[in-house]
Amino acid sequence: MNTIILRTIAPALTALMIIFSLFVLLRGHNEPGGGFIGGLIAASAMALYGISSGVQAVRRALYFHPVTMGGFGVLMAACSGIPSYINNVPFLSGIWWKVPLGDGEYFDLSTPMIFDIGVWFVVVGAITAIMLTLEEAD
Amino acid sequence: MLLAVLSGFILALFAPLLKRFLGYRAGWVLALLPASIFVYFLGQYDQVMSQHAIFEYHPWIPSLGLNLTFYLDGISLLFALLISGIGTFIMIYSGGYLKGHVHLGRFFAFMLMFMASMLGVVLSSNLMAIFLFWELTSVTSFLLIGFDHLRQASRRAALQALVVTGLGGLAMLAGFVILGTSVGNFEMADILSFGNVVKDSELYIPILILILLGAFTKSAQFPFHFWLPNAMEAPTPVSAFLHSATMVKAGIYLMMRTYPILGDTIEWSLLLGIFGGFTLLAGTFIAIRQTDLKQMLAYTTMASLGLLTMLLGAGGEGAIEGAVLYLLAHSLFKGGLFMVAGTIYHEAGTLDITKLGGLGRKMPITFFAALIAALSMGGIIPLVGFIAKESMYHALLHGDPLSTILLVVAIIGNAMMFAIGFAVALKPMMGKLGDMPKQAHEGSIMLWLGPLTLGLCGLAAGIGIAYLGHTIVHSAVSAIGNENAETDLHLWGGINAPLILSLLTMAWGGVIFYFYDKVRAFADRVLNWIGWGPDKGFDQFLALLLWVSQRITDTFQTGHLKTYMRNTFILLALVIWVPMIAYDALPDIDLSTLTKPTFYEAGILLIAVLGLYAVLIAKSRLTSIVSLGILGFAVAILFMLFGAPDLSFTQFMVETLTAVILALVMTRLKLDKNDAKYGMEAVVATIVAIAVGSGFAALLLRVMQTELDMSLSDYFTKYSAAIAHGHNIVNVILVDFRALDTLGEISVVMTTGVVILALIRLKPKNHKHASQKSKSKSKLKESAS
Repeated sequence: MNTIILRTIAPALTALMIIFSLFVLLRGHNEPGGGFIGGLIAASAMALYGISSGVQAVRRALYFHPVTMGGFGVLMAACSGIPSYINNVPFLSGIWWKVPLGDGEYFDLSTPMIFDIGVWFVVVGAITAIMLTLEEAD
Repeated sequence: MLLAVLSGFILALFAPLLKRFLGYRAGWVLALLPASIFVYFLGQYDQVMSQHAIFEYHPWIPSLGLNLTFYLDGISLLFALLISGIGTFIMIYSGGYLKGHVHLGRFFAFMLMFMASMLGVVLSSNLMAIFLFWELTSVTSFLLIGFDHLRQASRRAALQALVVTGLGGLAMLAGFVILGTSVGNFEMADILSFGNVVKDSELYIPILILILLGAFTKSAQFPFHFWLPNAMEAPTPVSAFLHSATMVKAGIYLMMRTYPILGDTIEWSLLLGIFGGFTLLAGTFIAIRQTDLKQMLAYTTMASLGLLTMLLGAGGEGAIEGAVLYLLAHSLFKGGLFMVAGTIYHEAGTLDITKLGGLGRKMPITFFAALIAALSMGGIIPLVGFIAKESMYHALLHGDPLSTILLVVAIIGNAMMFAIGFAVALKPMMGKLGDMPKQAHEGSIMLWLGPLTLGLCGLAAGIGIAYLGHTIVHSAVSAIGNENAETDLHLWGGINAPLILSLLTMAWGGVIFYFYDKVRAFADRVLNWIGWGPDKGFDQFLALLLWVSQRITDTFQTGHLKTYMRNTFILLALVIWVPMIAYDALPDIDLSTLTKPTFYEAGILLIAVLGLYAVLIAKSRLTSIVSLGILGFAVAILFMLFGAPDLSFTQFMVETLTAVILALVMTRLKLDKNDAKYGMEAVVATIVAIAVGSGFAALLLRVMQTELDMSLSDYFTKYSAAIAHGHNIVNVILVDFRALDTLGEISVVMTTGVVILALIRLKPKNHKHASQKSKSKSKLKESAS
């Protein structure tokens, strides 16, 4: 399976898949997509990279341990509920801010978006962690 | 009142810190809290008298109907005063008794938490809040009994007490739920005003039995009494406070509290009369046999609780008055006697009554405290115990059969307790100096202040009974009976029938005391002859439970993934098919209503079927895994065609990752290349597969034939963009409308991930053997065994 074609193309494909995964994650609120699907795509990218270049390469590229990433995701999703306490609405109610970007443009920042990014981290972290451990030869 | 209840929990947090700075003297400082609570409740007395009751409301979780509502009437007031008053001296005594103990700070914290929980029980009006505080007393009692956690006996006793009172608490909860839903109100204060509604309800019997189960387990009524003597493993301040003066009275409180709504029926009288009376007799009889001071006191406590239950069962104003007086007297004398026993142990190093002797000269103050407590326990004028006994005899002298039987039981029980009380107080103190491990001398002021004060209180209550009769006893009896009671009490009521019965009791008690050793030998013989008791039964019950669960585990947990899968799918098939056939809800299969598939839909279906066929004929595992992927992709395309892009998208990714992960698992676990099934195994697998598959098909067809409730879909469609600023409804539901569910799900994903990592890293001891079995479950079993 580990052919020269795969080894050559895999890094580029991995990068492309991760960009696509982020795209799917961010557009998720209005178009098909979201944190869960985006996370699965990113996890597939990791799997591909792992198969072609080896587990160590993936671990180096990720820098953080995948379990740490997953844990961070849960924390992030949970923390996206904190603003609801400040606004005195039920836990995890969606809260939206308009962040001015200059030139009269606005960027819609919201707690559901932070939550969704947390979901993305959990999915990527958990699945990558399992896959890398399975791939590691003992 | 909120502060009075919660301050104990708050102070408990700081108790270890305080102990670090002040050492054992922290007991004096910590005693200030119960003392000020006592003064606070004393200050409420006038208001309780004039308004009948004080009601206080604090919202907690109003959406669940759970509120901290406090209700202070005569009976709550009496209990609150006893808890905080005795608690004051217990805190001081604990400091002296456990002086130098490493975990004294923790002990103080547990004691304060217990006191706060107990106050919560007697002050709460909301049924759920009563249950909550009730369970908190069980938990703190567990912590205190197991305080000396390095000893196996302590741990067993703690667990036993928790199991028995916990189960009773759950029964009580069930009773409360039935009670609350049947009258449509969960506030005790309101339910009390409903009159006979509960008694006339057809649910009266279940409510009564469930609530009494709670009361009986907590108040150590036969046959649930066995945890109480075992709980004597706890340090003596705990025995004095929890297991004689307060916690075990929670059951009595519950019966007093529910008396207006549940009491005074034939069922109530019989249940309480029989169980209470038997507990009284059994308790005194077993107590006589004991040679350990604390065990003697524990069994007489059980007997006294039986006496209280019996009096409540007899009912009527007189018996309730007797019960209230006896409750007061018992808390004072038994708390005192326990503290005396603790001091003796602290000074002499043993509790064995056959070894103790002649301590009276060495520790005169303790001797005096023990003596007045015993006088009250024996019911001798002018102590409050005497008036309690007179009052109950007076109430039981009706002439009707039940009362007469209970009267005889009460006389026998009181006579025995008279003898045991004096045995506890006199035997260690009088006579020759015993053969004791320690050189005894008088304990510090922290050790004798409590028992002495409680004893003197018993004396003062006896002398000042006329005053008490018009105040606190009056309000308590009125509150229990839910009517204005006549409590005209005198220390000396002239020579009348109760006095003669009282003298008879004392004479009888005196005879038992004189022949104490012979009676003890007799009781010992009888009980040895019986040989079996609920305490043994508890162990046998636990052993049976373990045996049954071992059998069940061995049957289902074979360690073979194949078996788990087969069982799961058989169950799934049953869950689908059985209700569908039983309720005659099979789908109508009418081919003419189905739309004809277009050529591309048919094509995709064909690919799916081909994938399935490939799985079946595949020679190696890897081929079947990949072939299963074909099927999955075909389904994903179908989702896409029928307008579920998110689902389809996810399906594609999941199929891809499943194939990758399964292939990795296969190489990792060094599974055999092929996984062929032969003979019966293949037949069973085929039948199960067809049953589950056709079941799902039938279920989905059936669902399509019912009217779908579209209200949720409509709601989400309508508000997704308007409220949540998102057009992808699926995503909006996931991250906004039902974000809390998603948070739970991603936590599960994360936990599962960590668990799988741990499983993969387990190194099986016998690798060759593991490779023959399938997948990681067997690895776990291997390395565990």
